[in-house]
Amino acid sequence: MEKLLLLGDEALAQGAIDGGISGVYAYPGTPSTEIMEFVQHSKQAAELNIHRVWSANEKTAMEAAIGMSYAGKRAMVCFKHVGLNVAADAFINAAMTGVNGGLVVVSADDPSMHSSQNEQDSRFYAKFAMIPILEPTNQQEAYDMVYMAFELSERLNVPVMIRITTRLAHSRSGVVRKAVTPQNKLKLPTDPRQFVLLPAIARVNYKKLLNTIPVMESLAEKSTFNRLSLSNNKKLGIIAAGIAHNYLMENFPDGCPHSVLKISQYPVPSSLVNKLYDHCETLMVLEDGMPVIEEMVKGIINIGKPIHGRLDGTLPRDGELNPAIIAKAFNMEVYEGMPIPNVVRKRPPSLCTGCGHIDVYTALNEAIIDFGAGRVFADIGCYTLGALPPFNAINSCVDMGASITMAKGAADAGLVPSVAVIGDSTFTHSGMTGLLDAVNENSPITVIISDNSTTGMTGGQTSSAHGRILEICKGIGVHPDHIFVLTPLKKNHEENVRIMKQELAYQGVSVIIPQRECIQTFARRKKDEKKSSEE
Amino acid sequence: MKTDIILAGVGGQGILSIAAGIGLAAVKSNLHIKQAEVHGMSQRGGDVQSHLRISDKPIASDLIPNGSAHLIISVEPMEGLRYLPFLRKDGWLVTNTVPFVNITDYPETEEVIKAVEAIPNHIALNADAMAKEAGSSRSSNIVMLGAASPFIDIPFEKLEDGIRELFGRKGNDVVDVNLKALRAGREFSMKNR
Ligand SMILES: Cc1ncc(C[n+]2csc(CCOP(=O)(O)OP(=O)(O)O)c2C)c(N)n1
Ligand code: SF4
Repeated sequence: MEKLLLLGDEALAQGAIDGGISGVYAYPGTPSTEIMEFVQHSKQAAELNIHRVWSANEKTAMEAAIGMSYAGKRAMVCFKHVGLNVAADAFINAAMTGVNGGLVVVSADDPSMHSSQNEQDSRFYAKFAMIPILEPTNQQEAYDMVYMAFELSERLNVPVMIRITTRLAHSRSGVVRKAVTPQNKLKLPTDPRQFVLLPAIARVNYKKLLNTIPVMESLAEKSTFNRLSLSNNKKLGIIAAGIAHNYLMENFPDGCPHSVLKISQYPVPSSLVNKLYDHCETLMVLEDGMPVIEEMVKGIINIGKPIHGRLDGTLPRDGELNPAIIAKAFNMEVYEGMPIPNVVRKRPPSLCTGCGHIDVYTALNEAIIDFGAGRVFADIGCYTLGALPPFNAINSCVDMGASITMAKGAADAGLVPSVAVIGDSTFTHSGMTGLLDAVNENSPITVIISDNSTTGMTGGQTSSAHGRILEICKGIGVHPDHIFVLTPLKKNHEENVRIMKQELAYQGVSVIIPQRECIQTFARRKKDEKKSSEE
Repeated sequence: MKTDIILAGVGGQGILSIAAGIGLAAVKSNLHIKQAEVHGMSQRGGDVQSHLRISDKPIASDLIPNGSAHLIISVEPMEGLRYLPFLRKDGWLVTNTVPFVNITDYPETEEVIKAVEAIPNHIALNADAMAKEAGSSRSSNIVMLGAASPFIDIPFEKLEDGIRELFGRKGNDVVDVNLKALRAGREFSMKNR
């Protein structure tokens, strides 16, 4: 078959389509977004009528996928690592219910925080839920793994996690496809109580899950994705997980002289680790993200042979790995190239010229002067860039939805007025419930929902708000006299400042909705319209 | 054969179109390829780079190791300099001289060009002007691809085929303009290397 040049994300998408999925459920988030986007653009997915509409957030995505699995069909959920926090309740309990149709959860980690608030490692979650993880090292493995993951999930009766990191998600390479698996037929679970997690049933399910762990482990031991090669040189044994294995091999183009255990399927195959340990004098653990395997192997006490890695400083404790970091861990000489000349300046990301968020911040900065600084709780999206000069307009960005609830908490503490700045997609993701809290207590907060009709930061995906922010706020119970829809444009500046000042002074919940389409989405829409009118 | 290339620019400048051109040519030449791209936050007008690796043998890492890139292609003069720690001793910096100014403290253009000229192996060209001359100011990235072509171990015809495939849907005129841009860039480098 011909080779396709695919991003790691796209390889996962194609592997899932060919692996017989009936639906993908996802909320955008770098570096996972391209998985769903690929399925949305795939003719094959359209012909197969695969579900491929964005969900409102990661929890709703996870739950819908559990529902599809309940109905006997194969489903895949995709999000970025912090999305798994949002989906965690459903995720952990999906391990308790087990599956009917195969269920695969792709969690995309972002070590070095290229586009994230933290660099948490999704493997902790899979260990916590007690489910297998597949961690590809390259695009072909990504394809092959997801292709087989549904069968693995059905066989073990648990969801399977695929963990990918930014580098692989956003790197392109050749992928060879397999034959297309037909979709499962609609089929109810054989045990009608399997998905009813009442304590009495949950206890039974939990025992079943615990009993499956040895099976998962023996599959990991036999997995072709894991490989132990013992060398005659017994000095050093290396455990290399996922993409870290690539960086290791990059440094040994003619083959690694040390013993190596490549791990790409979890639970960590303990018998293979033990064989490596027995064979070698010291161990080194290479893994991108947090020292998950290293902590397991080393424990707190580390009696026995020395184990090197992120914990003892052989490798940096944080950040993404790369070939040079690993070369240094082996005391190999690294040529550091030429220094960066002094003339080079930093070029941080910034709001696009003409973006509506700019007009919102210009107005807010003016309106808030008399009330004093330090009271603007923002959220996650393009508008977070309002933290940078020249705006310096916001005081927080924690997790999606936190703007409204933090403003409420600060107002409860006496910081009145407190202001929330949130985007339309983030508002429907997890701002609405917080607004309900504020309405129920008539908290003195002003909520600015900067509605650009898209999920801008992640590249302009459809926003679940669909232009209904005003109706949603009314429905939640915000008094209609304190909901204002504005157009954030220079010519409306004075009027917008006036309304903001007035609502900041109001001792209750107000919502201000500056509404103007993201100029990037606008340009793309116009281009698409032109293209379709020409066709 | 192995060529490791860093592509540099600013989010929105379309460096990935250069990568796509080389990628297509590499696939046509049956070479292995890995191309690490930057998506996400930095695309919002920040500095972006792509690591493009081509080889006749399987490639391990998606990232190019420090000090080992054969080539930096930059569509803007300051951005190429940012990745000098990746360049091999005998590597080449091929850069557009037209600055992309979206920050308030962008240095004087002459100072940036001076820093470019301090690199022993450099090609600096006004790709915007050359693209205009070829017939479309939007083809400056293709001029850059042409200027980089003498340093990439792929037959030039394969790059031309890549261009035909990339722009084929847009009609013969667009293909011709871009082939002209590609050849103009190549000619410049051949004369000035
Ligand atoms: C839990 C979680 N999911 C996803 C993301 C990724 N993410 C960051 S910003 C953003 C989009 C925000 O869209 P919106 O609120 O409409 O603001 P805009 O970028 O359009 O201004 C997303 C999906 C995240 N940071 N956290
Ligand atoms: S992508 Fe859209 S929302 Fe984001 S900064 Fe640009 S114009 Fe503003």
